[in-house]
Parts: sequence; structure tokens; C-alpha cells
Amino acid sequence: MIPLEIVDPVAATGLFSYAWLMIALPALGALVLLAFGRFVDRAGPYLAVATITGSFVIAVALFMQLLAAPVENRAVGVHLYTWFGTGSWQVDVGLLVDQLSILFALLITCVGGLIHVYSLGYMAHDERMRRFFGYLNLFVAAMLTLVLADNYLVLFVGWEGVGLASYLLIGFWQHKPSAAAAAKKAFVMNRVGDLGMVLAISAMLAQFGSSAFVDVNHGAANLAGPWPMVIGLLLLLGACGKSAQVPLQAWLLDAMEGPTPVSALIHAATMVTAGVYLVVRSHTIFDLSPEARLAVVIVGTVTLLAGAWIGCSKDDIKKVLAGSTMSQIGYMMLAAGLGPAGYAFAIFHLLTHGAFKANMFLGAGSVMHGMNDDVDMRHYGGLWKYLPVTFWTFACGYLAIIGFPLTSGYFSKDHIIEAAFGESALVGTLALLGAGVTAFYMTRLMLMTFGGGKRWLDGVHPHESPAVMTVPLVVLAVLSIGAGAVMNWWIQDWLEPAAGNHPHEVELLPTPIGWLTMLVVAGGIGIGWLVFGRKPVPAVAPAGNAITVAGRNELYGNAVNDVLVANPVMVLSRGAVATDAKGVDGFVHLVSTAISGFSVEGRKAQTGYVRTYAVTMVLGVLVVGAVLILGLAA
Amino acid sequence: MIDQYLYLAVILFVIGAIGVMVRRNALVAFMSVELMLNAANLALVAFAWHHASFDGQVATFFVMVVAAAEVVVGLAIIVSIYKTRRSTSVDNANLLNQ
Repeated sequence: MIPLEIVDPVAATGLFSYAWLMIALPALGALVLLAFGRFVDRAGPYLAVATITGSFVIAVALFMQLLAAPVENRAVGVHLYTWFGTGSWQVDVGLLVDQLSILFALLITCVGGLIHVYSLGYMAHDERMRRFFGYLNLFVAAMLTLVLADNYLVLFVGWEGVGLASYLLIGFWQHKPSAAAAAKKAFVMNRVGDLGMVLAISAMLAQFGSSAFVDVNHGAANLAGPWPMVIGLLLLLGACGKSAQVPLQAWLLDAMEGPTPVSALIHAATMVTAGVYLVVRSHTIFDLSPEARLAVVIVGTVTLLAGAWIGCSKDDIKKVLAGSTMSQIGYMMLAAGLGPAGYAFAIFHLLTHGAFKANMFLGAGSVMHGMNDDVDMRHYGGLWKYLPVTFWTFACGYLAIIGFPLTSGYFSKDHIIEAAFGESALVGTLALLGAGVTAFYMTRLMLMTFGGGKRWLDGVHPHESPAVMTVPLVVLAVLSIGAGAVMNWWIQDWLEPAAGNHPHEVELLPTPIGWLTMLVVAGGIGIGWLVFGRKPVPAVAPAGNAITVAGRNELYGNAVNDVLVANPVMVLSRGAVATDAKGVDGFVHLVSTAISGFSVEGRKAQTGYVRTYAVTMVLGVLVVGAVLILGLAA
Repeated sequence: MIDQYLYLAVILFVIGAIGVMVRRNALVAFMSVELMLNAANLALVAFAWHHASFDGQVATFFVMVVAAAEVVVGLAIIVSIYKTRRSTSVDNANLLNQ
């Protein structure tokens, strides 16, 4: 184990004191858009774009300041106020602007801003456009809270905030029952992960008396017994829920019911990567527990293969990209689980993935825009000529994700595969296999969408999207190609103090594993071309073999959930309902029936005849008299 | 001497009580109630005489005054029931059991 030097944040001065504005601006935007109703229908979307642009400007300014600052001053704590204090606990709300969080803030505000601009075009005809932008701003505010928080409880506020925004946006077209169901599914499955988060935070409060990153980092070394493993596994559960990792992966594919910009922003670039952020942020815990790290590696490896498998068999373009997102986040998790050797690469891949996957999702949205919102790739074909900008930008994303030399994915993914081989040959081989499968399904997507002959439905006239949508695509395409090369030689040293990484030398020329990766990727492309490029793609999906069918059914993830969780819970709840209806209610009804029976009988004494009452009175007097006389006698 | 007064009072009271319990005619029941009241008065006066005290006699006057007032109200009720129902039977006025 490498002894870590824990960097304490320095107090904020100057511009850093205004870091909270990054969160406040979009939060204010969300408030105005959602509270002022139709008065801001026209101006609202532009206000939303303006707020996130403001956040982006602040993030860039802070980043510049951090770059200029000496290494030991690159973690800045901004104390805002005391949230609550109880007993010996005091929870402060504060922000931590350090090497890790500023990268996230840049990613969120940059990609988020581009997606806001894109949405101006994509949602232009939606009558609830203002509400959409309000939710988007809400999401950005929550996501920035998540990454800028300086303790786990505040992080959890952002964590729940993005969950809420995700729910609202997946179900944005709530008139579709499928969208409403998908939103609920995402919400419920995220709750399972949140349970892990809550327990992890509770364990931290119990063990360290504080949930602040600083206290946790300092206290972690003194943790006794199984606590590092327990907290690590609980954090992993939280990360699995938010990042759609096996076994909590089933919600992400359904989440594609939301509008495409939402898929790009929340379910590709930012929110779903929060789990990776959490693991890297908690590296002091994971460094102490090889078991928890092994669990992270296993989860990451399984998910990267499962996601790729699903991506190979789906015909819905967004679901292919969703499977691919799962798979790429699997790579990040795998890297994060490798410990100090991988943290920086996890974040590196996260950043490049944020750019190229957002690029491809927005490209898919642009294709759908031209194809009357059809998502079935079997109804596409030959679109490269009709959607040139979309095609070329999508191609940049494609090259980046398969790891074409010198594109961003080439740098980030190769490092992960290499680090995985450093851990164990098995994990490395599986990661390598995943790279080949990635190349295969992305080639399939490209060929089915842009290549081959037209398989369009009647009445479809593809057309290029307006400039407000294509300009963000072009920017993201440039980032997809260039971001890797820019960051490759820099990010490890940059993240070293925050992620406790020890640099792993990077070379321009590929290592032997790099050459092998290229070979495997070329193989994936070749197979993809043989299957989908050489001969026309059938417009109706063929029956497919068992592997394809399993992938189409999302590896039976829903069935597994039904058998393992949903059905037992249903049996339990039916039993509870029956107990309540028959047992509890039965007893209560028995008592009330008995009482009303008695009163029916008792009522018969009330005859209404005066003479009966007179007799009763006389008898009563006799009894009272007898008692008095006998009492006196005694 | 007091014994005979008290026996008479008990006999009158029992006659009155039985009258209230068995007679259907409201007027007769009413007279039986008066009989019981006067039996009580007799007992009060007898005890007052026996103890050479005026307390019982004073109480008797109160009872007579209240009884007079009660007769006024009671007879008015009976007359009004008779006007609406053409009957003075107490058994016919049994709506309270509904």
C-alpha cells in the first residue's frame, strides 16, 4: 500500500469565495423558470442558457487560477455556513474546489451548456419547453452541488437532486405510459443505491464523527477491522445505483424514454458518472480495502461486458448508445477499482467519454429529428449524404469511442486496459475483449444508420438539423478528437494530489498492449463490416441466435429483478394485505359487530311504554332501598 | 301512635305505585302519582309530629306547592294529547321507542 499524503484545502480567497455562484446561477434559473410559469415562456430557455454560461465562465476562471497556483494550494475549501449541529456532530455546508472537482465542474458546465444550446433547437416545437429548461437547470445545479461539495452529506443532497432531475426529465413526456414507467423505474432503482449511500454516510458519522472529506481522509488510516471494507462496499452500492452498474443496471436502458438531450447530458456525460466520481473521491477508503477494490473491479468488468453485449443486439439507436454508456462507465469503474494505478485514468476516460458520448447522443437526436423521431436503426440507412454535419461529427465520436489512434478515446481507454493488465491478466483480457466488442457495435451502428441503402419508412424526408443543433455537435466533435491528446501528458500529474495517483509513464508510441488493443479493435471493425457492411441490412430484425436474443432482452435483467426482488416483494405485500384484511380488520369488525349486537338487544328495553318505565323505576327504588337498609344494618 | 300513620302512608304509597304501573288511563295514573305524593306528605307530617319539629311540615308545604304546579302542567299535556289523539291511554303515547 502506498502511504498517501493527504492535502488539506486552503481557505478560499478572492475569486474562490464566489465559487458558490456556479451552483446558485442555475439554481436561480430553475427557480425562475419553474415558479414564474408562462410569464417566462419565451425568455426562459435563453435565461437557462445564460445561467449555465455564467457557471461555465466561473468554472474556467477558477480553473485558470488553480493552474496558476502552486501545487500545494490547488485544493481550496469554501466554507459557506453551518447546516446543522447536533450533539458532537456539526455539519457545515462548504465547497471544495480542487483538481478533481474543477474538472467535473468544467465538464458539466461545458457539455451541459452545449446541450442547453442544442435543446433550443431540439425542443423548439415542444409546448412545455420552458419547463424542460427549468429541469435542465435544476439538474446542473444539483450536479454541481454533488461534485463541489466538501462533505458527504452535502454531496448526498446533490446526489438526490440529480436523481430528482433525472426522474423529472426521463418522464418529461409523461403522456406516454412507457416514459412515466421508465421514470419511476429509474427512481426506485436509484433508491436501492441510495440506501447504500445513506448507510455509508451513517457509518462515516459513527466512525469519524464527521462526514467531511478532510476528516474522512485523515481518519481513514485509523479505521479498525472490517470498516474500510464495509464503507467501501456501501459506497460501491451507491455508485452502482447511480451509474447503472450491474446489478442495478436495468433502469438506464429504459431511461432512454426521455428527450435525447437528457440522455446526452444526464444518462451519458454527467450524472451516471457520479458513481465513478464517488469511488475516486473516496479513494482513501478504497485504498485500505483490497476486498472493496476487488468488488469495484468485478462490477466494472462485468458491466463493461454486459453493456457491450446489449449494445451489439439492440436496434434502437439510443439503446445501443445506452448499452455503450454502461460499458464505458464499466471501464471507468474498473480503472477506479485498480486503486492508485487507475484513479486518474478513470477520470480521464470519464472526461473524454463525457465529450464523445454526448456528441453521439446529440448526433442520434439530430438523426431522429430528421427521421420523424423514429429510433429504429433498421429504418435508417444511407443517411451520410442527407445529414452531412451530423454524419461527420458522429464519425468523430465513433473514432473516439473505438479508440482510433490519437483520438481522445485512444488515450484514455488504452491506459485503462494497460492498467488492467497490470492488475491481472484476466481482467486485462476482458477489458481488451470489451474494446473489440465496442468497435463491433459502434461499427454496426454507423453502418446501419449512415451507410448502406435507404430503408426509410414512407413519408420520411431526412433533413439536416438547424445550426443551433449542429454547432454544439461540431464543438463536441472537436473535443472528442482533441481532448485526449491535450490531457494525456498532464492529467496524471494534475490529479496526483487529489486522487493519490502515482504516475504511470505514458508514451506517444503504443506499448505492446497498445498495439494489441489496436489489433483487437481492427478485428471488431472488420467483423462489424463483414456482418453489416458487405450485404444489405434487413429492414425487419432477423430472429437471431441465443446470444442476440439475450442481448435484445437486456440480458434478462428485468426478469432477474422480477424473480429476485419484485415477485417476493409482491408475495410479501399480498400477504400483508391479506393479514390486514382478514386478521386485523377481522378482529376489529368482530368487536364492532359484538357491540352493535349487544346494543340491538339492549335497545329492546326501551319500549316507549310509560308504565314499563314506571315499573323499572319502582324496582330501582326497591333495590336502592334494600341496599341502603342492608348497608345500615351491617 | 306513629306506627299507624306510617302504615297508612305505606299502604297509600303502594296503592299509588301499583296504580301508576297498571292503569292505562292517563288521568288515573296521574291521580295515583298524587296519591304517592300525599302518602309521602303524611309520613313527613307524622315524623314532624313525632320529633316535635316543624321541618317536616315545612317540607310538606313545598311538596304541595310543587304538586300543584305539576298538576297544571301535567293536565295541560294530557288535554293536549287528548285533543290530537282522542285518547288518554298512556300506552298509545309510545313514540319514544322509535
